[in-house]
Amino acid sequence: MTTIIETKKKVQLEIDGKTVLAPEGATILEAARAVGVRIPTLCYHEALSPIGSCRVCVVEVEGVDRPATACNTQALDGMRVVTRSERLFNLRREVIRMILAHHPLNCSPCPKNGDCELQDIAYEYDLAPNDFGSYSIKTEEYPWKEFSTPILDYHPRRCVLCGRCVKVCKEIRGLGAITMAGPGALASIQPALADPESPSRCVSCGECMRVCPVNAIEERMGGGKGKPWETEKTATTCAYCGVGCSLELNVVNGKVVGVTTDDAAGVNKGRLCSKGRFGYAFIHSGERLGKPLMRNEKGELEETTWTKALTKVAREFRRTLAEHGPDSIAGLSSARCTNEENYLFQRFIRQAIGSNNVDHCARL
Amino acid sequence: MTNSIAEIEEADVIVITGTNTTENHPIIAQRIKRAVERRDARLVVADPRRIDLVEQANYWLRQKPGTDVAWLNGIMHWIIKNNLHDKEYIDERCEGFEELAREVESYTPEQVESITGIPASDLIAVAELIGKSDKTTFLYAMGITQHVTGTDAVKSVANLAMLTGNVGRRGTGVNPLRGQNNVQGACDMGALPSSLPGYASVADDSARRKIAAVWGVDSLPSKPGLTVTEMMPAILKGEIRALYVMGENPALSDANITHIEEALDKVDFLVVQDIFLTETAARADVVLPGASWAEKDGTFTNTERRAQRVRAAVQPLGSCYPDWRIIQRLFQLMGFSADYASPEQIFNEIRRVVPSYAGISYSRLEKGGIQWPCPDIDHPGTEFLHAEGFKRGKGLMTAIPYKPAAELTDDEYPMILTTGRIQYHYHTGTMTRRCPSLETLAPEATLEINPSDAERIGVSDGDMVKVSSRRGKISLRARVSGMVEKGVVFTTFHFSEAPVNRLTNDALDPVAKIPELKVCAVRVEKG
Repeated sequence: MTTIIETKKKVQLEIDGKTVLAPEGATILEAARAVGVRIPTLCYHEALSPIGSCRVCVVEVEGVDRPATACNTQALDGMRVVTRSERLFNLRREVIRMILAHHPLNCSPCPKNGDCELQDIAYEYDLAPNDFGSYSIKTEEYPWKEFSTPILDYHPRRCVLCGRCVKVCKEIRGLGAITMAGPGALASIQPALADPESPSRCVSCGECMRVCPVNAIEERMGGGKGKPWETEKTATTCAYCGVGCSLELNVVNGKVVGVTTDDAAGVNKGRLCSKGRFGYAFIHSGERLGKPLMRNEKGELEETTWTKALTKVAREFRRTLAEHGPDSIAGLSSARCTNEENYLFQRFIRQAIGSNNVDHCARL
Repeated sequence: MTNSIAEIEEADVIVITGTNTTENHPIIAQRIKRAVERRDARLVVADPRRIDLVEQANYWLRQKPGTDVAWLNGIMHWIIKNNLHDKEYIDERCEGFEELAREVESYTPEQVESITGIPASDLIAVAELIGKSDKTTFLYAMGITQHVTGTDAVKSVANLAMLTGNVGRRGTGVNPLRGQNNVQGACDMGALPSSLPGYASVADDSARRKIAAVWGVDSLPSKPGLTVTEMMPAILKGEIRALYVMGENPALSDANITHIEEALDKVDFLVVQDIFLTETAARADVVLPGASWAEKDGTFTNTERRAQRVRAAVQPLGSCYPDWRIIQRLFQLMGFSADYASPEQIFNEIRRVVPSYAGISYSRLEKGGIQWPCPDIDHPGTEFLHAEGFKRGKGLMTAIPYKPAAELTDDEYPMILTTGRIQYHYHTGTMTRRCPSLETLAPEATLEINPSDAERIGVSDGDMVKVSSRRGKISLRARVSGMVEKGVVFTTFHFSEAPVNRLTNDALDPVAKIPELKVCAVRVEKG
């Protein structure tokens, strides 16, 4: 079977016996994905250029002694690639074993449990805690370091040093606010500062948190607990600026506990700013109005029923209409509300009141 | 926007003016940065503040606040004088060129430098760049519109875009970045005093008749109504007796709020529908609790005219109702029938009334947003406007003379205050200031002040300062920064503790009735 990827210049190679025509410059991983051959990955992320740090994606290339990493090896004309073999299985298993040796394995208290890329791949490669005993290079009392922003927590023990967060900050945000520093397996992600006194370039967008495969970067003031399997995601449109980013509200037991994105969706393709990602706590604020209010005889606002409040509004509108005419009433609609609500509001003012005194905050 | 967000990455030259995109539209700013870094697009920033994108810019034109028409005319002067304008495009698609050319004749680079402070050589370089490039996109926001000459500045951007053939093609365009999630949609839906849904004028008899037929009424009012900025003075004059406010907070967001507070206190009957007891709601006679954005279904239309779904993720809090249900109930109590079972039914009525939405349906939106105009169900939506020609026939170029700001500095109020937003908060902070993460990042208002002004007044970074204008005074912390030029200070309108709109000028643009929030004369003192 031959599968064709549409572009001008192409190279032809064979992956697991399938013939692939891949665009020149494509990696083995991209060529394999295009024909539905799955190569396991960990540090690789579709939105980023290849990192090549984890070696989980190793494949065998005919005529080459050492296994190659598929994410950053270019697909070449005439290449014959094998992605599944006993040797590769064992190699990948060893690589994942080394990563797990540095990672806490008490998954149950971790919010990522059930939606963790490391957990998935450990399961796939039949690795259980017994396979490496209690050995861990990182102690419980790992020296805690401040991350680049006060609204995110960094967990060095969870971190697998894949480098996605450093890459996303540089490539997508163009900031380079964080870097990997420290020796070998004891390295950690730290603010990248020109000197210790200079301010962090971090803008708290949370892109690093989005791409982290293991939840080593976590919202400090998150909306509450919830495991992935009890989280309902509702796709909607951000309520802040006019860009209209697509996002998913994560709901557990009727409460919004966080915001995630779909990498393929909308104008933002998975990216968000600080408001879009962290600006949801107001939904459940204790200061929300829960009942209608009406001013009493003492001039104070007090809680009332919908019937009383709406009857009062309609009565006052009718009285004003009778005494002063339709142009004595005005309405301010809202750029915060939906199209349907704005449409209905202007219809109310134009039809029920009979005036064109309707506007909203477009000028502010 | 005439064009789409994604097309920004296809432009050869990106001109941004009056938009601090990194703070206000971060996802668009990323595209600008990528275009510069990966495609080597040229970036021109015209802004009085040293905003973040200045770091990426090939040219930074630092105009004095309120002098946009002058520098835009100056660019056009040089382009016409050196024959860099797109004559074929102008002949074929535009009118008014002669008048425009005559008007900009006197705007020599030297003359423009004396008005705007932009060095003549920079102005010439930018004019040459735009004149000689194939595709230029112009992005702007409230930085050029919130002036008494806001309409003039927008028309000037349009003049320059037409002059250089940069309207109606991919990767070009006149692109306002809308500040609020659904300001585009609210305008499309006719929440405007002079436009019906779909932008037909309220004075247009046939448009009114068509909509009246859908609504089942004999007639609709033909007299244009008042804008938000005219309503408040009308209350003080006794002409407006009752005000219905849905999801707005004019007591903090509008210019000269002392004046707004007087109006809100004076109006006989004020009803406010909101999710919090805002500064405005606190003055109401009746407060109706609406449902939040996470609690309702509907659509928003973004800055590139893309209608997208909003979906309820949780139940409305307490006994709140979505705004549409509240309005519907009021309709019924006023003796009208308004029987909608869902937002989708309202949307289907919108499709009958607004031709550019006719082809957009909830089921189509399941697959992603659609950009209007979308006249029928098979239409894919429109990425950029005016491809075949302008709606009015020929694109109108308008001769526009530069006019100074309404309020100039003097001995008593020697500095210029300009206002805006930061990325961690949104408008009057009703939502974002109740989010602990965002509040942690930006807990209080600060006044950006140039180091030389700070030294003259005797304040250091972090000291409290008093800022006063002819209308009021506020106190806040100074942030000594090269972001602003000498003689200019900047702050945001997010913080009720330091409400900058006590100071701002409610002088209006005569056409758009937009207040001059970007320029007012102030005095800054230690304390």
